[in-house]
Amino acid sequence: MNSDKISHHISEQFNKELQDVRNKVLVMGGLVEHQLALAITAFTSGNVEIADQVIRRDSEVDVLEMTIDRECSEIIARRQPTAFDLRLLIAVIKIVREIERAGDKAVRIAQMAIRVSGVDGQYNHQYELEHMADLIKEMVHLSLDAFARLNIDEVTGITGRDANVNREYENILRRLITRMMEDPRNMARVLDVIWVARALERVGDYACNICEHLVYIVNGLDVRHLSHEEMQERIAGNSTDDVSRIRS
Amino acid sequence: MTITTQHAHTHPIDMHAVLLHRRETVKEQNETCIKIEKLNLYYGQKQALQDVSMDIPKRKVTAYIGPSGCGKSTLLRSINRMNDLIDNVSIVGKIMLDGINIYDKSVNVAALRRRVGMVFQKPNPFPKTIYENVAYGLRIQGINDKRILDETIENALRSAALWDEMKDRLNDNALSISGGQQQRLVIARAIAIEPEVLLLDEPASALDPISTLKIEELINALKEKYTIVIVTHNMQQAARVSDYTAFMYMGDLIEMGPTSELFTNPKKKQTEDYITGRYG
Repeated sequence: MNSDKISHHISEQFNKELQDVRNKVLVMGGLVEHQLALAITAFTSGNVEIADQVIRRDSEVDVLEMTIDRECSEIIARRQPTAFDLRLLIAVIKIVREIERAGDKAVRIAQMAIRVSGVDGQYNHQYELEHMADLIKEMVHLSLDAFARLNIDEVTGITGRDANVNREYENILRRLITRMMEDPRNMARVLDVIWVARALERVGDYACNICEHLVYIVNGLDVRHLSHEEMQERIAGNSTDDVSRIRS
Repeated sequence: MTITTQHAHTHPIDMHAVLLHRRETVKEQNETCIKIEKLNLYYGQKQALQDVSMDIPKRKVTAYIGPSGCGKSTLLRSINRMNDLIDNVSIVGKIMLDGINIYDKSVNVAALRRRVGMVFQKPNPFPKTIYENVAYGLRIQGINDKRILDETIENALRSAALWDEMKDRLNDNALSISGGQQQRLVIARAIAIEPEVLLLDEPASALDPISTLKIEELINALKEKYTIVIVTHNMQQAARVSDYTAFMYMGDLIEMGPTSELFTNPKKKQTEDYITGRYG
């Protein structure tokens, strides 16, 4: 279905260029998904080698971001795209930035993994993050998947998960603050865990942003800066119009 | 204006309200200049326009786009009854200009064409001097007073952004100037008689990119005073110069809307396929 939306240009070359950009975004997204998973593993298991690998591979993410940006601007300059094609390119430029930032958070978590592994402590608090990490990984996966299919049916389901993430983040903070109060010697280590929780929470926001950009691509609506309910309403309100009916 | 911190404290901006306001589609209250109602046009047996209805807003640029043979030039020519000159044409429907149907029997076609000027794809200056080209419309109205002519011609040439280039060559043959200048001269000739509406049929398609940009600049300046309708094959040009765009296909008006919306988020799939260069 997705190839339908991108292809069917009279210019076969234009089809190829758009497909190529989209494929690169998918590669970049896959890479960052992998980076996040590795970083979380490195942090929870204390594996410094894996953490090192995450930090090394971040440059690949950066290169992809720059490549995709350049290709988008070249297509805009050469083809003067309109309508869906224009929205796709504008949104891709924004989406790759969200993905790149998520990649930076993976690096941050990996750096924390290295730091934490060097400290001897009585307690290991990393397990506190496992549930939140699972939520985040799923959100990232689903948002990239929705982009790959250029389908916004699941979008509000994904952004709705952000509330769970925020709740889980607050739970973690509460538990960790309790740990600090129990034994102030834990403080440094617990703070590191809080940094990681914060990084994960941000990644959840990036996944939501990707969904918002996707809505713009598919039906031209700008749903940024809206509450979850307002966003649902706007998307539902538009679903009867001609364009989204044709595209669904 | 810079908002000082203090100012911002005393008047907090409700960003939510601002954002909601921005999202509301701003429906400008435009005065309608020309109202086309259920226009059907036949060349002999062949129907070239089918039930076309649209409001052309006053002092705005409206562009017609669509593939060859879609009826956009036919529709444009209907607005000043140019089609009357073609044999076998029959027209059903109305085109209202200031509340009067221009196809009404009582309408004087010459007077109509004074109010609705037209510029064609190929510049067609008369083989006369630059001065006489612009003076032509005035002279046939019986205006021969040199002072009035001088003044009107200077104004028209200035409006057409041609005065500085032409003021020392007013007695040169109009055919000796470049194509781009000729096209602007033809526009000057059209506006010298102060029409209300200017119809432009592919006005820049025979010109080089710089002359094209000059014409587009001119269109932008002229909409202060005139209602402009332009037919163009060049979609980027429609996107650049027009306020409203109408997409036509096989004699039907498929979609008309504000240009910024039509080119970023068209409502109809046919429009989307055409402007993005897809086959339907």
